Amino acid sequence: MRLRFSGGAFELDPGESVLDGLARHGVRLPAACRAGACHGCLVRAVHGLPGPPSQAGLKNSWRADGYFLACLARPVTDLTIALAGDELPAGDEMLAEAAVASVRPLGTGVLKVAIRPQQPVAFRAGQHLALRRDGGVVRVYSIANTPAEAARDGIEFHVRVYQGGAMSSWLAAAAPGAQISIGQPNGDCCYLPGQPDGPLLLAGTGTGIAPLAAVLRDAIRHGHAGPAVLIHGAADPSGLYLGAGPPACCGPATPGSVRWRTCVRSGGEDIAEVVCRELTPLGDPAAVHAYLCGGRRAVSRMRRSLFLAGMTLRNICADEFRQASS
Amino acid sequence: MTTQTSLYERLGGSAAIDAATELFYRKVLADPLLAAYFDDVDMDRQIAKQAAFLTMALGGPNAYTGRDLRAAHAALEGIRDEHVDRVLVHLAQALRDLGVAEADIAAAGAVADSVRDDVLNR
Repeated sequence: MRLRFSGGAFELDPGESVLDGLARHGVRLPAACRAGACHGCLVRAVHGLPGPPSQAGLKNSWRADGYFLACLARPVTDLTIALAGDELPAGDEMLAEAAVASVRPLGTGVLKVAIRPQQPVAFRAGQHLALRRDGGVVRVYSIANTPAEAARDGIEFHVRVYQGGAMSSWLAAAAPGAQISIGQPNGDCCYLPGQPDGPLLLAGTGTGIAPLAAVLRDAIRHGHAGPAVLIHGAADPSGLYLGAGPPACCGPATPGSVRWRTCVRSGGEDIAEVVCRELTPLGDPAAVHAYLCGGRRAVSRMRRSLFLAGMTLRNICADEFRQASS
Repeated sequence: MTTQTSLYERLGGSAAIDAATELFYRKVLADPLLAAYFDDVDMDRQIAKQAAFLTMALGGPNAYTGRDLRAAHAALEGIRDEHVDRVLVHLAQALRDLGVAEADIAAAGAVADSVRDDVLNR
């Protein structure tokens, strides 16, 4: 078996673990227990299959993305791996060319931008991808619609426009047909079919609500029938760009069991408390799956309070927005 | 470290560690004395470290070294014996919640306590 990692190729002996094989070639991954407990040697299969034992005990979303534990993986086929957390470098590895299809205002300071790639781009609802415009500026945006919707309408994003924003103000002025490059879709804040009756809690701050509404529509399309609550957090009332009432974002086929809730910080509400309040009526917290998206601090506070309220971390998928560095 | 069946194996190995780790981590995070030290960590990564710690305390397979622990705690300002004591209390209570016998809890606590000097960088 041949293992490819970080530009090198390494032969594995039959029955040898990925961790041991790499170590034999002088490549040391962080590892403590070598028995699947510490998750120190978490890596990701980019091509090839690591085998089910190496994925036992990992978050479902991580399994779906090819994450596995190098200490437990004894692959029987060639395998290409990457370090956990390594995403394709935005800007260097663009996937496709696309054209801006439409740009329209959605609410105060937020645009709905649709783009059409020249060739179909596979993604899952809830993922994000990098956009690169003329001039080399790259920004990552969450995808606001589902693959089925994107096939019809183009891939959509909810873009907050910042004054002087290198990408957002360019998009605000972009004419239909403007060319843009897109990167590989990434992220694991995605619905995983398999528990159609399980309760869902989705909470996003700012434009973080957009991918989560798509995740919920995707879940419903997959036949999800369990109760769900979708929570939109905003700094002040003007940030509720989808409106204060239940948005059409849940789709026309919204079952009665979907609740919509807003949380406005200037109104004295704390999103970390609101998510816990909304968790209670969903029943046993350990059975709830949560999806969180938005600013880093808000997401991290929500995750902590949901965990303290009894949710299991494995059932919390989160996508934190990172501030652009240039 | 022992030829007898370890508590780790008797509890059910890595599957049982998951449940125990969440119980333990929740208690640590809910403790006002300790919580602030976990403010800026990636919880998914942190819980894996808690699992490794618990695995070690329960006599499971591990290659924990004093150096790892020293490095991991070196940047934490102001940690003292008091913090380690509280962590040990939460470890014991998590195991108690899972129905582990007091003798085993004491044994796990002693193993966990054996790395105190590494954690406190002494």
